[in-house]
Amino acid sequence: MIEIENVHKSFGALQVLKGIDLTVQRGEVVSVIGGSGSGKSTLLTCINGLEPIDKGRIVVDGTEVHARDTDLNKLRRKIGIVFQQFNAFPHLTVLENVTLAPRKVKGMGRKDAEEIAVQQLSHVGLADKLNVYPSRLSGGQQQRMAIARALAMSPDYILFDEVTSALDPQLVGEVLDTLKLLADEGMTMICVTHEMSFARDVSDRVAFFHKGVMAEIGAPDQIFGDPQQEETRQFLSSVR
Amino acid sequence: MFDTALTFNDLLFMLKGAGVTLSVTAFAVVGGTLLGVFFGVLRSQISPWAALPLTFVLDIFRSVPLLIQLILANAFQAIAGWGISPFVTSCIVLALYTSAYCTEIVRGAIEAVPSVTRRAARSLGMTWGQDLTQIVFPMALRVGLPSWIGLTLGVMKDSALVMWLGIIELLRASQILVTRLQEPMFILLVTGAIYFALSFPIARLGSRLEKRWQEND
Ligand SMILES: Nc1ncnc2c1ncn2[C@@H]1O[C@H](COP(=O)(O)OP(=O)(O)O)[C@@H](O)[C@H]1O
Ligand SMILES: [Mg+2]
Repeated sequence: MIEIENVHKSFGALQVLKGIDLTVQRGEVVSVIGGSGSGKSTLLTCINGLEPIDKGRIVVDGTEVHARDTDLNKLRRKIGIVFQQFNAFPHLTVLENVTLAPRKVKGMGRKDAEEIAVQQLSHVGLADKLNVYPSRLSGGQQQRMAIARALAMSPDYILFDEVTSALDPQLVGEVLDTLKLLADEGMTMICVTHEMSFARDVSDRVAFFHKGVMAEIGAPDQIFGDPQQEETRQFLSSVR
Repeated sequence: MFDTALTFNDLLFMLKGAGVTLSVTAFAVVGGTLLGVFFGVLRSQISPWAALPLTFVLDIFRSVPLLIQLILANAFQAIAGWGISPFVTSCIVLALYTSAYCTEIVRGAIEAVPSVTRRAARSLGMTWGQDLTQIVFPMALRVGLPSWIGLTLGVMKDSALVMWLGIIELLRASQILVTRLQEPMFILLVTGAIYFALSFPIARLGSRLEKRWQEND
């Protein structure tokens, strides 16, 4: 369970998160929508402790992320994250990209790590690219590789930050299909997304962020069919 | 083709000079690179303010002409009575000189690694050290290698300046022969060829590594 309580976060004078409260249960898929600059990415990087917070707390399975004695490297093993920008390790093959963390972080042997990596890469449809370098992959394949890389750590949660927005339109579908697959398998996910139909079809709940505040959260049918806030209505009409 | 008074022994004399050039260069490059990597990593990880003293000192090594550094260092060690040989003094000065340039190369190469790639590594649970050794160093190596090769070849040529401390390296050896035999063209040609023979393997190694890496990305 991820519990986010009254989280505040600023970059210098810029207040980016202004008191976020959100609890995500095991097995739940929560989509986060909202305008650019509303703090969605920042929230994700706070959840796995890549960014410090100013106030409030984030608790993952009972461990407070920003507590001084928290072992972040250990905590991050159970929280995968996939970013918007491509971030393959360019000097490693696809297979090595995926086996690196299991080997170095979990101390797995090469064989075991490769077995898991092949399994995860097949899962995202890259079984035929094992020994290719990332520069030879399309954007969609790079993002699917990043998903497999996160999955290879067997995380309990995965955070997706607009993983399709840097992609050519014809490549978006293949990545969204991968996310749907994971959601169907019961993975706990927080998906920041611009794909409204994805948010509607796949999520258990949809959260709408506006200027650092979670303006509204609810079931997809309610958010898309009967938004309660004026800002939500405006945002939805702007993206349709 | 033409007559030369250059004997086999003269050629050996030149090759001995080349050996001195090579060993001064090797000391300077190995020492300077080790120091440069250390300083470069340090500079990329600490704030520019904290790095200011280091940056200042390294800037001195980069901006004062090498000849002046060599002569001052040699004079200083003589006054201080340390009894360090000119050869060792030369190696130390050249190593510091090399490290100043190497620091900039390393820092630049490390900073060229996209922060999002490093974030990805950390988000997989890798420690700061693992990120550095598994991701940053291999990626930075590819960025920095061409400049490092250039630096190494440059230091080899600059090492001729150690002749001012009375060391007979390749260029000084050829000067002596030119003075004695009065055949500047031929002797300088041979000298140039020896410098080329020393540099060529390094340049080749660099371009081969680059090519291999380029095939990947
Ligand atoms: N590392 C940072 N330093 C300074 N400002 C940042 C940083 N990261 C994000 N911001 C700013 O915080 C605001 C929220 O950013 P972000 O969380 O990326 O929004 P979103 O993902 O909703 O588009 C933006 O105005 C952005 O410019
Ligand atoms: Mg964002």
